[in-house]
Amino acid sequence: MPGMYTDKVMDHFKNPRNMGELADFDGLGTAGNPVCGDKMFIWIKVRDDKIADIKFKTFGCGAAVATSSMVTELAKGKSVTDAAKISRKDVAEALGGLPAIKMHCSNLAADALKVAIFEWLKKDEKAKARFKALYAELEPIVADIREKEAMGEDHGEGEGDTCST
Amino acid sequence: MGRSVYLDYSAGMPTDKRVVEAMLPYFTEHFGNPSSLHAYGGPVRMAVEKAREQVAKLIGAETKYIIFTSGATESNNLAIKGLARKRAGQGKHIITSVGEHLSILNVCKALEKEGFKVTYLPIDKEAFVSKEAIEKAMTPETILVTMAYANSEVGTIQDIRAIGELCSKKKVAFHVDAVPAAGRIPIDVKADHIDLLSLASNDLYGPKGCGALYVGKGIDLVPLIDGGGQERKLRSGTENVPGIVGMGKAAELLLADMPTESKRLMGMRDKLIDTLLKQIPASHLNGSRTKRLPQNANMRFSYIEGEALILNLDMVDICTSTSSACTSKTLEPSHVLRAMGIPHEEAHSALLLNFGRWSTMEDVDQFIKELPEIVKRLREMSPLTPPGLYKD
Repeated sequence: MPGMYTDKVMDHFKNPRNMGELADFDGLGTAGNPVCGDKMFIWIKVRDDKIADIKFKTFGCGAAVATSSMVTELAKGKSVTDAAKISRKDVAEALGGLPAIKMHCSNLAADALKVAIFEWLKKDEKAKARFKALYAELEPIVADIREKEAMGEDHGEGEGDTCST
Repeated sequence: MGRSVYLDYSAGMPTDKRVVEAMLPYFTEHFGNPSSLHAYGGPVRMAVEKAREQVAKLIGAETKYIIFTSGATESNNLAIKGLARKRAGQGKHIITSVGEHLSILNVCKALEKEGFKVTYLPIDKEAFVSKEAIEKAMTPETILVTMAYANSEVGTIQDIRAIGELCSKKKVAFHVDAVPAAGRIPIDVKADHIDLLSLASNDLYGPKGCGALYVGKGIDLVPLIDGGGQERKLRSGTENVPGIVGMGKAAELLLADMPTESKRLMGMRDKLIDTLLKQIPASHLNGSRTKRLPQNANMRFSYIEGEALILNLDMVDICTSTSSACTSKTLEPSHVLRAMGIPHEEAHSALLLNFGRWSTMEDVDQFIKELPEIVKRLREMSPLTPPGLYKD
């Protein structure tokens, strides 16, 4: 395993930033499926339309933990609009790269954050009115993430690679 | 390597120095071809025959029935394909189990493309293959049963003798992959009614790149490699003499201290398993507790993922491996654990622990000291951990 990951990945794996739960949160996003070997939870607290606080919990490999940690670091303090734009590429680049087979992990971390923001908008009518365009943009993306999340459950016997995307 | 704790003997093990010493003269001084009739051939031929005898003794075989190959994967290929192609006229049905090593499963899959029919029997929750199920699956078309002596991943030792008796009674050839079992538990091809048996040198503390196949009396095979007709015409190509000599020496050394060494391995295995099951909540042993290879412990710790576990162990100089999907090329967890009915998310958390000749009780103690804390830390990070798992 050593040598597979960059120093940055190992640093975030060994010393994960913002690990834990938020008791008082505005949005909780989940992504992945334990069946596939990874599940991420991201909690956000929003103040003045910015990510004021963010925490994560992750079941998964080294890359899954490091990408979760990195996403929270990238998102903290950002406006919700900018936080929602964080892509798998941003996460992987901030970590100095990820092995090809682990790229899907970086997707999951960014996905969980998008779901958390969407959940906040869904709950908060006023925020939803302020971020109409963002809500509309996130709606199909979140539906897609949820579909992938559920797909893992009947991953059972097939040859399919529903876990690998 | 420094004094790290190495518990990954199934992935790789050192060649014993005594083995290397035995091999060295066959690179330089005794470089002759065993087929040569002149002075350079004779001693080499004798060394190869001595190695054949040493390997034969390890499995209770007659010397003449051993042939050398490049490793267990080749042995499995030669045994299964060689027999199937030879007996295709008699029948085209093969029986194996879903829990086998890929060098059996993928050979069977390849034969399906040639028109053979393969029954992949299920394994139970401890990875046992049922003799009754084999008997039920047999048809007049069945020509071969192929399976491992002991499961290489979870260490479960099969009831080989009973299955061998059944095959012998039904006149079906019986191939056994003895790779992690040979040299750790007594094997007797005659008493076990085994017709074909695969061995790997590198699993006997011998060099990599060498293996053997026992091809019993009356068993004919179609060779995979045609050429000069070495090894009873079953495996052409100039013999890997240093490798063969090394494998022979390795087999001799293993056989000499098998009873005491196996007891020592079991002591380490049992201490590790019993302590961890007691100390770590939601921990489980994979495979049989009693019919288990002396060197194998395979455990899983719910709510955490194997790769994260081995990275953490690596940080404290402990080398292990996992059957987690995340370390594989396919992102699929172990097919053995899945076939045992272990849920996917649990299969991701399995640790493969294998001891060997240079493992010590201090290694076990070190592992037992470090692991519970690492598991606890990862569980604190996991959203799957139920609240109150640790009462503090």
